[in-house]
Amino acid sequence: MDAILFLVFAAIAVICGINMVVQKHPIASALSLVGVMAALAALYLLLGGEFIAAAQLVVYSGAIMVLFVFVIMLLNAGAEKKSIIRPWGKYFGAPLLLVFFGIMSFVVQRMTPASDGVTFGGFRGAGPREIGQSLFTVYLLPFEVTSILILIAILGAIVLARKEID
Amino acid sequence: MPPLPTSVPIAWYLTLSAILFSLGVLGFILRRNIITVFMSIELMLNAVNLTFITFSYMLKRVDGHIFSFFVMVVAAAEAAVGLAIILTVFKNRQTLEIDEVSSLKN
Repeated sequence: MDAILFLVFAAIAVICGINMVVQKHPIASALSLVGVMAALAALYLLLGGEFIAAAQLVVYSGAIMVLFVFVIMLLNAGAEKKSIIRPWGKYFGAPLLLVFFGIMSFVVQRMTPASDGVTFGGFRGAGPREIGQSLFTVYLLPFEVTSILILIAILGAIVLARKEID
Repeated sequence: MPPLPTSVPIAWYLTLSAILFSLGVLGFILRRNIITVFMSIELMLNAVNLTFITFSYMLKRVDGHIFSFFVMVVAAAEAAVGLAIILTVFKNRQTLEIDEVSSLKN
């Protein structure tokens, strides 16, 4: 059952990811990316991360992608022109990517223990309670630094999007 | 077809993450629309998040979840600033093609 669920959501994620790369229109790419993020949220649930799954749906596929779609609509972005793929990229790029991918999956197969796989409910130490405890004790300083980062980002976005900048 | 395992191997999750990261790199290199390039970066960040959560499961620790939480926050800040930059570029040049924004090249 776990394997079937994993395969279904992994297939959704990969298909949407491929669709995101090959689509010519930015709005189609953005909607495919929403599909990838929703599938990943389901996978986080399978891995026992309820809080992260909810945050993924709310922050990523909610807030960030709405921002993307908003900008695409605002700029009225149309279909892009065809990419220029040079011959060495065409004949070396794809094989090299396959070789890289093969080596990576081989290393991953060898490095990870084959005995304990992922079962749903096999790890209960990452609910909102544990994350909150860890976030406000061990990771308190990074948390506060992040708030400053967000403040700077807000100021930067306002300054950049002003009317009189040139 | 081999029978499906009762528990999903860790390697499957990591391989899925590698596939998504490679797709992100591919989009980053191949696409010419600046917004799509930016979305490819988001795809790569998502793939890394999946790796964090998987290792967190493997080690039975909560730290990976905290890290992916921080990655999400940084991605949100990055999206806000990056989209503001894209808006400014479009306002000044009326284009979204990355190849035409090359003032620093010569």
